[in-house]
Amino acid sequence: MWLTNSSIGRKVVMSISGLFLVLFLTFHMCMNIALVFSEDAYNAVCKFLGANWYALVGTLVLAAGFLVHIIYAFWLTLQNLKARGSDRYAVNVRPDTVEWSSQNMLVLGIIVILFLVLHMAQFWFKMQLNEIAGVAPGINPHDGATLVIEVFSCPWMVLLYLVWFFALWFHLTHGFWSAMQTIGINNKIWFNRWKTIGNVFVTIICLGFAFVAIAIYIKYGLMGAGGVC
Amino acid sequence: MDKTIDITLKIWRQHDRKAKGAFETYNLKGISTDSSFLEMLDVLNEQLINEGKEPVVFDHDCREGICGMCSLYINGHPHGPDTAVTTCQLHMRKFHNGDVITIEPWRSAGFPVIRDLMVDRTAFDQIIQAGGYISVNCGGAQDANAVRIPKKDADEAMDSASCIGCGACVAACKNGSAMLFVSAKVSQFALLPQGRVEAARRARAMVAKMDELGFGNCTNTGACAAECPKSVSLSNIARLNREFIKAKLKD
Ligand code: HEM
Repeated sequence: MWLTNSSIGRKVVMSISGLFLVLFLTFHMCMNIALVFSEDAYNAVCKFLGANWYALVGTLVLAAGFLVHIIYAFWLTLQNLKARGSDRYAVNVRPDTVEWSSQNMLVLGIIVILFLVLHMAQFWFKMQLNEIAGVAPGINPHDGATLVIEVFSCPWMVLLYLVWFFALWFHLTHGFWSAMQTIGINNKIWFNRWKTIGNVFVTIICLGFAFVAIAIYIKYGLMGAGGVC
Repeated sequence: MDKTIDITLKIWRQHDRKAKGAFETYNLKGISTDSSFLEMLDVLNEQLINEGKEPVVFDHDCREGICGMCSLYINGHPHGPDTAVTTCQLHMRKFHNGDVITIEPWRSAGFPVIRDLMVDRTAFDQIIQAGGYISVNCGGAQDANAVRIPKKDADEAMDSASCIGCGACVAACKNGSAMLFVSAKVSQFALLPQGRVEAARRARAMVAKMDELGFGNCTNTGACAAECPKSVSLSNIARLNREFIKAKLKD
């Protein structure tokens, strides 16, 4: 099967799964924005994406997307380390045109997973999992707004999440155009176009996430009860 | 006009494939800034021979930047700090009096060290043998306008064909990937009608050989193109990906 036993095939899997995750992030960011304007609107989305069959199928597909991306990430990186050989250069200079992020995708990815674990514990565990398995009795799985407000009233949490978005931004400023290059829809003209489109797009996504975290902190943490951590 | 400099060289010495190598330090005095980098190494070797020591082994042939034989990882760059030139075209005027110059072999699992600074690049020959040629009969030489090729394609094919197969792309790549080389070779044919006939077979066979020989997966860092002495473009890699994916989807 060429998607596992050829280098380009493996990269295609990386690219498609990465783009799928970008699509998910786009949707997630849009949904978060709703919270800044209306808790009810946000909770309506939470309820819609609760324990219905379509939300569960969506969650499974998403989890599979993450799993494939992560497994391939480690697999490719290990193969690449081996291809590099055990002797390292004594002097190594990164050319100006080479992005730092492009050489550290695995490190950035690992930062993203670590925060993802925290994020899942703070929300998914208390919402969807709670609804289907009752793991956190006493918490209303449909009241996402309250959970988010609780988390982002604490300035440390806001700061942690901002670090997360920053790592994600680095991952995606390279990842976006790289994905286009990998599936072959690139050439001399589109090279800079994809880079620009990617930079603008992922900056909007990451700023969107950051905006919600900061806005909730200001609205509820700073102006409301004060930073409860 | 004859300016000279004194330099210190740190050179990787390794007796054979299996031996454990190490850096040796040499001092050179009165090197003309007009001499080429390889001439400077010739001076060093002359000095070593006169001292009864083993000269440093390094690859070189045409010394005019077209054969692809010279290599050397100089101060952290394949073919040295100058851009778009091979080591043989690098001149000592790029260096200063008192500089310490570190010279290493290409380091990549696909290019094992044979001795000192010389590495085994026969893997590239094997990739070419897998499909980097045209085997269909193109007939005799035709009138230039009999097979019409858009100027843009002809130019791109020419740019791709400028790859001299030196292996700097692999040496520069943190993944030891040979994608820039393979993509240039696939592109120079894929862009022209005579080469299109076997385009799918070629992409499949050359990529399979590249993978089999243990070169890494491309992560699009772009270090290869940045260090390429012939400025071969990353767009070739996109084309190779396209050709390969098309070929596999058709299977
Ligand atoms: C929301 C999360 C994520 C998104 C949206 C995302 C997106 C992407 C995209 C679009 C690419 C470019 C694919 C290509 O070069 O063809 C990529 C590459 C990569 N990702 Fe992720 N990623 C995410 C999470 C992760 C995680 C958790 C890891 C894990 C450890 C990871 C590791 C990598 C690595 C190592 C590459 C480079 C692979 C290569 O170019 O060969 N990513 N990612």
